[in-house]
Amino acid sequence: MSSTASVPLFQKFKLPNGVEYEQPLGLFINGEFVTGKEGKAFEVVNPSTGNVVGKVHEATAADVDIAVDAAETAFYDGPWSKMSSADRGHLLLKLADLFEENLTILASIEAFDNGKAIQLAKGDIGACIGCLRYYGGWADKIHGKVIETNSGSFNFTKQEPIGVCGQIIPWNFPLLMWAWKIGPAIACGNTVVLKTAEQTPLGGLFAAKLCKEAGFPPGVINILSGFGRTAGAAIASHMKIHKVAFTGSTLVGRQIMKAAAESNLKKVTLELGGKSPNIVFEDADIDRAVEWINFGIYYNAGQCCCAGSRVYVQESIYDKVIEAFRKRAQANVVGNPFDEATFQGAQVSEAQYNRIMSYVELGKKEGAKVEVGGERHGNEGYFIKPTVFSNVTEDMRIMQEEIFGPVCAIAKFKDLDDAISKGNSTTYGLASAVHTGSLSTAMEVANRLRAGTVWVNSYNTLHWALPFGGYGESGIGRELGKEALRNYTQVKTVSINLS
Amino acid sequence: MIVRHRILRLGTLPSSRYFSSFEFTVKLPTGIAYRQPTGLFISNEFVASNDGKQLTTYNPRSGKPIANVFVAGSPDVDYAVQTAESAFRSWRTTSGTDRGILLYRLCGLIEEHKTLLGSIEAFDTGKPLDTVVTDDIQDCINVTRYYAGWADKIHGYSIQPFAEKFAYTLHEPFGVCALIVPWNYPLMLALWKLAPAIAAGNTVVLKPSELTPLSSLYLGNLITEAGFPPGVINILSGDGNTGAVLASHPRINKISFTGSATTGKKIMHAAASNLIPVVLELGGKSAAIVFEDADLEQAVKWCYSGIMSNSGQICSATSRILIQESIYKKFVEMFKAYTIHRMSADPLDHGPQISDVQLENVMQYVRSGIEEGAHLVYGGKEIIGPGYFMQPTIFADVRDHMKIAQEEVFGPVVVMDKFTTQSDAIQRANSSTYGLASAIFTKSLTLAVDTSQKLEVGTVWVNSSQDSDFRVPFGGFKMSGFGQELGEYAVKNYLRPKAVHLNLGVSL
Repeated sequence: MSSTASVPLFQKFKLPNGVEYEQPLGLFINGEFVTGKEGKAFEVVNPSTGNVVGKVHEATAADVDIAVDAAETAFYDGPWSKMSSADRGHLLLKLADLFEENLTILASIEAFDNGKAIQLAKGDIGACIGCLRYYGGWADKIHGKVIETNSGSFNFTKQEPIGVCGQIIPWNFPLLMWAWKIGPAIACGNTVVLKTAEQTPLGGLFAAKLCKEAGFPPGVINILSGFGRTAGAAIASHMKIHKVAFTGSTLVGRQIMKAAAESNLKKVTLELGGKSPNIVFEDADIDRAVEWINFGIYYNAGQCCCAGSRVYVQESIYDKVIEAFRKRAQANVVGNPFDEATFQGAQVSEAQYNRIMSYVELGKKEGAKVEVGGERHGNEGYFIKPTVFSNVTEDMRIMQEEIFGPVCAIAKFKDLDDAISKGNSTTYGLASAVHTGSLSTAMEVANRLRAGTVWVNSYNTLHWALPFGGYGESGIGRELGKEALRNYTQVKTVSINLS
Repeated sequence: MIVRHRILRLGTLPSSRYFSSFEFTVKLPTGIAYRQPTGLFISNEFVASNDGKQLTTYNPRSGKPIANVFVAGSPDVDYAVQTAESAFRSWRTTSGTDRGILLYRLCGLIEEHKTLLGSIEAFDTGKPLDTVVTDDIQDCINVTRYYAGWADKIHGYSIQPFAEKFAYTLHEPFGVCALIVPWNYPLMLALWKLAPAIAAGNTVVLKPSELTPLSSLYLGNLITEAGFPPGVINILSGDGNTGAVLASHPRINKISFTGSATTGKKIMHAAASNLIPVVLELGGKSAAIVFEDADLEQAVKWCYSGIMSNSGQICSATSRILIQESIYKKFVEMFKAYTIHRMSADPLDHGPQISDVQLENVMQYVRSGIEEGAHLVYGGKEIIGPGYFMQPTIFADVRDHMKIAQEEVFGPVVVMDKFTTQSDAIQRANSSTYGLASAIFTKSLTLAVDTSQKLEVGTVWVNSSQDSDFRVPFGGFKMSGFGQELGEYAVKNYLRPKAVHLNLGVSL
């Protein structure tokens, strides 16, 4: 961290693909981009090169306080508090349209700041647009109930907004996670203080600019760049924030929940890690299954909470599958995110790169066999070759712990019961998949896997209309779909005595 | 709008279909001239009717003709239904999100054309221009946007009764929906039906009233521009016969009709032959009940608006006011004074009746009221001059047996009487054969909640009248019809559930 002495609030950026735009660098509080109260700033690194590309202003606890005050005022007074539900939704629809108009810039920022392939970044922005538009449509459709008890009373419930919501998002899908949080919180009538990940602050700030353009009143959406230990912790323990939503590691998730409990018992939802099983039965379409295995782990360079990092293949087809998968994994184009042909970009940071490589070394030490990969790609930036471990046992750390990189393990299973037992053998439960042509196998496996999502004959095919979240230590609560609205409303029962 | 000769894809057609122009330049009272489509809108094109028959639509403020449009006959209805059926096959596979996107685009286009659409509507219906734009057309925008948001939020259920059975319901569109709308809110009611039907994944054949076809036909331009695939939305101008042919067509799957109870019965009868499910939004003789603790000044204003807006041509108009005896005289006087005040500002404030036929119908009721001994407090006369204007008319001491107390007048005629107790008012309000709406004026919590629960109507307004909202369902009881428009309920009208049972382990 360093001083803000020469860090402006906006700066013209020119990206490797020629896209030029004005990047906000300040904290977005109460409708304006401002410097931090303590005058701090931190570096932004391009993971494809490892070079520092600029600085953004850093939020500390003092800035969180200011943002929360702005959010609280916006919630109780001013235009947002009086706005009709349809008008709130309309603002989200306008924001979605602005994302669409600025698709190329947003995707380019993502590729630049996160290191992901530009093609995938464009897909992310498409999903952001879908998500914002989807929640824009929910805003005026949040209904309570009228409930009969006895003839002497008239009872109804209301789904009311909570108030100021704190949101802490990760670096793996910076803008998509931003949209997943903002959409439902705003649709339900809350105001938010959102902290982006320190590895990827740029997209969220540009999106903040779009919020202003869309016409959100000041204080409704506040976007802070900063660190977990300071700004994030301040949000989790703030006495005026009544709900915190966090996506990130299980380790930090625990801290957030603890801080929430020790402060004001704010409501908590957590989207944490996973070690999701990808299960292939002998009656699966093998070619398709191999494509999904590949996509399941190497999409986003393995930096997905729901990555299919444990591949289980039925004995009878194991040799065939591993042969095909070896070839497929090596065919992935790894490299410059701005190259249209690239599928797998860089890992987000040096720290992540080192962490993943240490798991690779650990795997080798534990006795697993490297089928493909297991080393750096190129000699600039944080690129890792798609890696497959075989000869693994369930108790190995590389089978139990989340690696969060382009590293998977492949193992055999005997029959359905064995597959289920292996699938359910971690403390996580975020996602899973089963590949089969049989209706009864699909239904039985889907019923018995302890996971928040079961994909049948696909992987990583998330959609804004489908609830997503974890069993076990993968988290608490569900994002997306109508379910997400529960996270951002509280039920009030009104019972009128008529007798 | 580009003039086209179009090649028909379905059926055989005689050469008389190939006209050189299916639009007409209309000069609006505002001075603006625009190209009004006059053809039948089928498969995203405007075409002539098979037999070339046309009808004329008039400006109710002057009685002068505006334009001729085609009348859809049997072969045209056939063509439209076939087109809609064929379009349904691929429309069915369009995702809810994509259907929503098209509706959002249509909403944007309506907003862009707000003033023009408002002007067309005002010209064709006689309504005052500024209220049409701020109320009717704004409602069109709101409704279209609202249902665009529902399109990808249609959920079935998954149900696991026991381990060996997994069941789920698919909420599916019907297919081709026939939407028949009246002349009192032509474009608004068209969208009240069209938006949810389309959001739910149906294709539609919309028939506007013969008295007010222009705005709906113009909508055809926006539908094409929005990018709806051809055949998804079809618009047929026509007359009563068109509606009859449409309602009895064997290849439609659902009918939604708004209009009179008389015609509603005919529609239901026609639908019965093919067992087509029907939604009917019919008339009403809605009561406003003013309790003695009401804010009288506000009650007068809301009640005035509740019957004089749109010159009383509202299905849910609170055309019958029951006033608690202790405040009866005062209320009648205040209502009269308020009417005089409105008339002194603008004697044509409430607008004309839609046609000479309608005007004569209303005047007949006025004469009947006088004959049966009701006390004429104000008005009761036609306004001499161009167009179909009459005075706002107030009858007091109207006893329940009188024709004007029981039948829907559909004009700016309000009937008033006194009541004693709450149960008296409720019983008399409920004695109507209709059950569309009601308004209650009171400051008391219990009176408001309790009376609402006891009124046999689909909508109760407490301390207001006629302020419907697109998010809240609207529909009638009794002779006012069945089925709801607006809110989430309307989408359900255009869906039918299919239950799927998966046997996961029961062997015989």
